[in-house]
Amino acid sequence: MNRLIRRKFGEVYRLKVPQRNFCANGAATNSAQPGYSQDSKIGHYDIAIVGGGMVGMAFACSLASMPLTKDLNVAIIDSNPALSSGVSIKKEEPPDPRVSTVTPATISIFKEIGAWKYIEQNRHAYFDKMQVWDYTGLGYTRYNARDANKEVLGCVVENRVLLSSLLSCLQSADFRKTIYPSRLLTLHRNSSSTKVDSHSSGLPLHGQGNLVKLDLIDGSSLHAKLVVGADGSKSRVRELAGIKTTGWNYSQNAIICTVEHAVENQCAWQRFLPAGPIALLPVGDNFSNIVWTMNPKEANDHKMMNGDEFIKDVNHALDYGFGPHPKSSMFGDGGIFSWLKADVTSASEFFEIPPKVIRLVSDRMMFPLSLMHANNYASKNIVLIGDSAHTVHPLAGQGVNLGFGDAFALSRVIAEGIAVGTDIGEVTMLKKFEVERKTANIAMMAILDGFQKAYSVDFGPLNILRAAAFHVAQHVSPLKRGIISYASGEQRLPLFS
Amino acid sequence: MAFKLPNQLRALYTATNYHHHHRILSPLAGASQSFVFSLRRLFADVPPLSDPSSAPPPLYPHSTKTSLAPSSLNQYELAKFAAIAETWWDSEGPFKPLHALNPTRLAFIRSTLCRHFRRDSYSAKPFEGLKFVDVGCGGGILSEPLARMGATVTGVDAVEKNIKIARLHAVWPFTNLSPIWIPQLQRLNIVAQQLLVEEQRTFDAVIALEVIEHVAEPAEFCKSLATLTVPGGATVISTINRSIRAYATAIIAAEYLLHWLPKGTHQWSSFLTPEELVLILQRASISVQEMAGFAYNPLTGRWSLSDDISVNFIAFGTKNSQ
Ligand SMILES: Cc1cc2nc3c(=O)[nH]c(=O)nc-3n(C[C@H](O)[C@H](O)[C@H](O)COP(=O)(O)OP(=O)(O)OC[C@H]3O[C@@H](n4cnc5c(N)ncnc54)[C@H](O)[C@@H]3O)c2cc1C
Ligand SMILES: C[S@@+](CC[C@H](N)C(=O)[O-])C[C@H]1O[C@@H](n2cnc3c(N)ncnc32)[C@H](O)[C@@H]1O
Repeated sequence: MNRLIRRKFGEVYRLKVPQRNFCANGAATNSAQPGYSQDSKIGHYDIAIVGGGMVGMAFACSLASMPLTKDLNVAIIDSNPALSSGVSIKKEEPPDPRVSTVTPATISIFKEIGAWKYIEQNRHAYFDKMQVWDYTGLGYTRYNARDANKEVLGCVVENRVLLSSLLSCLQSADFRKTIYPSRLLTLHRNSSSTKVDSHSSGLPLHGQGNLVKLDLIDGSSLHAKLVVGADGSKSRVRELAGIKTTGWNYSQNAIICTVEHAVENQCAWQRFLPAGPIALLPVGDNFSNIVWTMNPKEANDHKMMNGDEFIKDVNHALDYGFGPHPKSSMFGDGGIFSWLKADVTSASEFFEIPPKVIRLVSDRMMFPLSLMHANNYASKNIVLIGDSAHTVHPLAGQGVNLGFGDAFALSRVIAEGIAVGTDIGEVTMLKKFEVERKTANIAMMAILDGFQKAYSVDFGPLNILRAAAFHVAQHVSPLKRGIISYASGEQRLPLFS
Repeated sequence: MAFKLPNQLRALYTATNYHHHHRILSPLAGASQSFVFSLRRLFADVPPLSDPSSAPPPLYPHSTKTSLAPSSLNQYELAKFAAIAETWWDSEGPFKPLHALNPTRLAFIRSTLCRHFRRDSYSAKPFEGLKFVDVGCGGGILSEPLARMGATVTGVDAVEKNIKIARLHAVWPFTNLSPIWIPQLQRLNIVAQQLLVEEQRTFDAVIALEVIEHVAEPAEFCKSLATLTVPGGATVISTINRSIRAYATAIIAAEYLLHWLPKGTHQWSSFLTPEELVLILQRASISVQEMAGFAYNPLTGRWSLSDDISVNFIAFGTKNSQ
């Protein structure tokens, strides 16, 4: 892996700077190099964040919020105009279909960095109940925040609200940041162009590659000690660093859209259908968000069909479509598990039917689903966070939460490094971050992948087992508590602690 | 984090103020013998003799060198460092242990010096405005982080090649780090005067990590460190203990098994025990305030601070201000 990276840089490097030793021997020659003639005008930064999406911005906010990192000089590179001009959100517009389910763990970190108050000024929907069931009619599970001694199970927030809140948070902070409204083209690991001691000739240039030069598509360049790739699942940083990935496509697509009910929805609903799950998440007012996973052909049909028909299909899928409602009496009353019931059941824990959808209020968007994991998150001067390091099945709404986890972990590791005077591009320090996050991310990915597999194969007996498992989960309180606290991002190790 | 002087040591340290050497030494394991041994080394101008009970096992390749005169012993030590100077910044090379140890020992320095100089421990550059000298800086593994933490750092070393490496590596972006070559640095008292007279410099903190075990006259060396320190200033020294465990851990493990260090990097007989270090610093008007050990976890490959000073230890002292 290292060799790969080095080769990559070696190539780019050779184009502009003939030789490392050459630079060491005479600084004057540097200025004759076309690539370096403008060096004095190129900005030098401690950190260059490539990608100002939710994860990149959360990372910047986290840096701005900690005393040890708030004085860092940071560049953010993203062509999204919202970063400079702000995100305009009109309250009377219906919610955008791109939403995230943020976990209590994410909420508390957002509070810590001072970003949650901006979310609360915008539309968001806390939920304290969750119902999961499947089409076989054999079992269902209801989670209640109370079971995990929590106020809420999570909060559904539009991605644009998350982004604008993080922007507001960053703007209100006393933080040196420069936004480059462009995109990353290439990276060069280069020697710095400043004066080189004339006494030093003949010695190898250990550690002189301590800066990375970033060339952007608009022709501008900058230098940074550390490049943070927060540029999403098709990460250019990952590609340029030569970091390989492992993963697969699920040959499933997700359709997302916003719908409206006659009443307010306060529960997160998820039903497993033969081809994948459909989720109905509250997004505030009388609106809900739909994430419906299907095979690509079905997905395409559902994207193209007229809106009324789509709504009919949605209501069908969330009610009697594909199979009956689960009967709680099946296992619960008199069945083999009846003895478990006594201490948990409350009236609110009975199976409910989700509120009917009355109207489609947004476009339908379609995304292919895949699982991808970068083999490394860190190399010298380069580190990956968020979707650039991993994408997961959106099943449990963990995707962006894992990314936020990365962002906060990396900023903490950097703060600890700064405390002891570490060079922030140093790979040993970055590897600490990698070790910490790989463990958490892989555990979650394995669980989600396992879930996905279990629910995309339609074997009768397996479904019965699954239904039974749901049923047990429904009636064993401590077990449920374990599931919830893991799904809400509080627990480090799987599964039922 | 509290890096308190172990009780034993505190007893020793407070007791030495009252000159009751015998009483306080008795509880120390094998104290009488090692004390005699150390007295010979510290306070007589003769090289340490091989003591059958505490001398390194025959395995040790350089035990014969102890018969050399101090100055040549130094030349020998310095030649060893010159030979591997190119590899200072290779974190997987011969200096790997220093790289691995760096965050841990810097955490000790940050914690003790922030308290001593009443600096904000949440600051990214808590040492801004303070002048430090890193004695025996080598390639600058310690000097650079100290400079990043805001100190104006002068790095000095007896090996010219080391200083070249340090300069080269520190070219950018440091404006507050200057490595200086001082030949025969073991005569630091002369150097100190030179620095004092010519450049009118003393330092708020004088730091010499993993150097004292390589010098011929530790007591003289400590006196020189004291001369460089402003009254009320701080001195930080780390070294390796002269215990059987240290021998086993540091020499056998690091030099022979793990091949971290080139064979012969350490001369076991030149190691000081924490008690000896406290004593010689005391004589140089430096009171040791805190001491900690370094513990290595082979599973994580990381070091941490601990109470166990039986192998590697670090001491923070203040110069008495009379
Ligand atoms: C259908 C679907 C539903 C989902 N539902 C949920 C959910 O309910 N809950 C949840 O937590 N997660 C969910 N996710 C996942 C979530 O959207 C992602 O995890 C999240 O967007 C990752 O954020 P990011 O900042 O890492 O990457 P992105 O959001 O992809 O941001 C990347 C940024 O980098 C910029 N960029 C890209 N290339 C470059 C370049 N070369 N130079 C400069 N900038 C560049 C882009 O402009 C963009 O701003 C879902 C995903 C999908 C597909
Ligand atoms: C083990 S290294 C420690 C380097 C550095 N202090 C650190 O801890 O990273 C010892 C250094 O002390 C230097 N040195 C050895 N004997 C010395 C002496 N008598 N005077 C000054 N420096 C000496 C060596 O050249 C070498 O660079």
